[in-house]
Amino acid sequence: MFAGFMLHTWLVATVVALVAGVVGLFVVVRGSAFAAHALPLGAFPGAAAATLLRLPPGVGLAAFALLGVAGIARLGRRGARDVATALTLVTLLGLGALCLSLTSEYSAAIYALLFGQVLGISARDVVVTFALGAVALAAAALLYRPLLLSSVSPDLAAAQGIAQGRMDLWFLGLLALATVMTLPVVGALLVFSLLVGPPAAARAVAGRPLAATFLSAGIALAIAWAAIALAYVSNWPVGFFVGTLGAAAYAAGRGAAAWRSRRARQAVAGAA
Amino acid sequence: MTAAVDAVMRALFAPGLLASGPVRTAAAVGGGAAVVCAIVGVFTVLRGEAFAGHALADVSSAGGSLSFLLGASPLLGFLGMSALAAAGLEAAGVRRAQGRDLATGVVLGAGLGLAALFLYFDATRTSAGGAAVAVMFGSMFAIPASTAPVAAAVGLVALGATAWLYRPLLLSSVSPDLAAARGVRLGATSLAHAVVLALAVALAAVTVGAILATALLVGPAATGIRLARRPAGAFAAAAGIGLGATWAGIGLAYDSAGWTPAHPWPVSFFVVALIMAVHLAVRGRAGRPAPALPGDGGEG
Repeated sequence: MFAGFMLHTWLVATVVALVAGVVGLFVVVRGSAFAAHALPLGAFPGAAAATLLRLPPGVGLAAFALLGVAGIARLGRRGARDVATALTLVTLLGLGALCLSLTSEYSAAIYALLFGQVLGISARDVVVTFALGAVALAAAALLYRPLLLSSVSPDLAAAQGIAQGRMDLWFLGLLALATVMTLPVVGALLVFSLLVGPPAAARAVAGRPLAATFLSAGIALAIAWAAIALAYVSNWPVGFFVGTLGAAAYAAGRGAAAWRSRRARQAVAGAA
Repeated sequence: MTAAVDAVMRALFAPGLLASGPVRTAAAVGGGAAVVCAIVGVFTVLRGEAFAGHALADVSSAGGSLSFLLGASPLLGFLGMSALAAAGLEAAGVRRAQGRDLATGVVLGAGLGLAALFLYFDATRTSAGGAAVAVMFGSMFAIPASTAPVAAAVGLVALGATAWLYRPLLLSSVSPDLAAARGVRLGATSLAHAVVLALAVALAAVTVGAILATALLVGPAATGIRLARRPAGAFAAAAGIGLGATWAGIGLAYDSAGWTPAHPWPVSFFVVALIMAVHLAVRGRAGRPAPALPGDGGEG
């Protein structure tokens, strides 16, 4: 499990988990789980399109992720956000169905893009992931206050001169960046579990935003490491473990929050 | 007249289209799925539950991949898993607006994890090559003829339940407060909508694939709501758009066998492309009147 060829996997997974944990907190606070699901899933056909045009897969992923951002923002401006997200997603996936059928890719490659691939990560992949991860975390730190403020209290944010529409674009852009770097490792369908499960659990337990952010990154890290270890031992897909552990973390967080509020009520009742 | 129609048909579609067994099954099952999804989808869009609809469809892929593993009918697999997911969403408390989005997301993540596992077993333990593509993107021309009666029964149950609950369902979707004031039980209608939604997405998943089922559910419905001034018109327009896109998509896919070397183009691509083209055309109409129905007008 700790052999030389697994070193790259551990390094990449660590960066991916930290970014997903931090960006995920914005997803949860803004209530944007659908966008967090749609961007990775819609970006995945980009890899097939890139193969068709003989470009590196990463370029295709980035291009489709940006198309997704543009579609959600543009269609959502005059209409319901969830409908805009759904329509953008199916359009990208429809293109994906075409590209996949034209490339005659092996279904193993499609499967890896959908559900993740922890082996065969090159040294170059590690460098790229570290660079993108640094950019994503720096952007998250810069956007931290205005983004949270515009999510929690749009009126207060507007009073401070923070434009709602621009913040939304920044948020989607950050999500796209996290998507592009996370997707090749945990797969398109499960980037989302890492983006939603840990912050949802953290938010149920921690009260203050900064504490929730760190807790979320910590839970994401624990889930990513455990998932890789379990996938290595069992040979089952890493995505299965990420999805299951993410749901378990959320259930545990909800349970802990319910238990604490019951104890608090009992304490109040006892004092009275 | 008949000769003219015949000539048009022959110019548009490759010869042998309507004589082919798989094409007829695809047209019957696909058309039925499109109509059921369009009708149910209008309620889904009005209720602002597009994400829940998409989540049910995605989670149903776990059932589809399990049925490949067991050699069972894919429709039964999709149905079982989408019903289970609907129950999971109700249990996770999606009815409360607070945290609804998150609960949906977590159920979706767990379901996709299962799908990953079953598809992995499909790939390693059976000879069902390409199960991932068939489950996710659909394989309309590979629907066995024996699926048609089951699909018809499922579709009729969904449409029958919707017709029976039409008024309370519509009222609670458009204005929950008004519905509650008139004595509509909101919990019961929400549950009923979740059940018919599960049936509809399972039908769509068999035809255009689990991750594209949302196209049939949301696309025609959102377009129909924009087009029509009255609810009945929205249902009719949505059903017409869904049915037209599906049948035209099947025709184009059959026709595309000669367009590029090797494969015909996938039906799902044409269906999605046509649905989106109609939607964008309707959106872009100059001087369109304000939407008569709420739901696709505000922030979602």
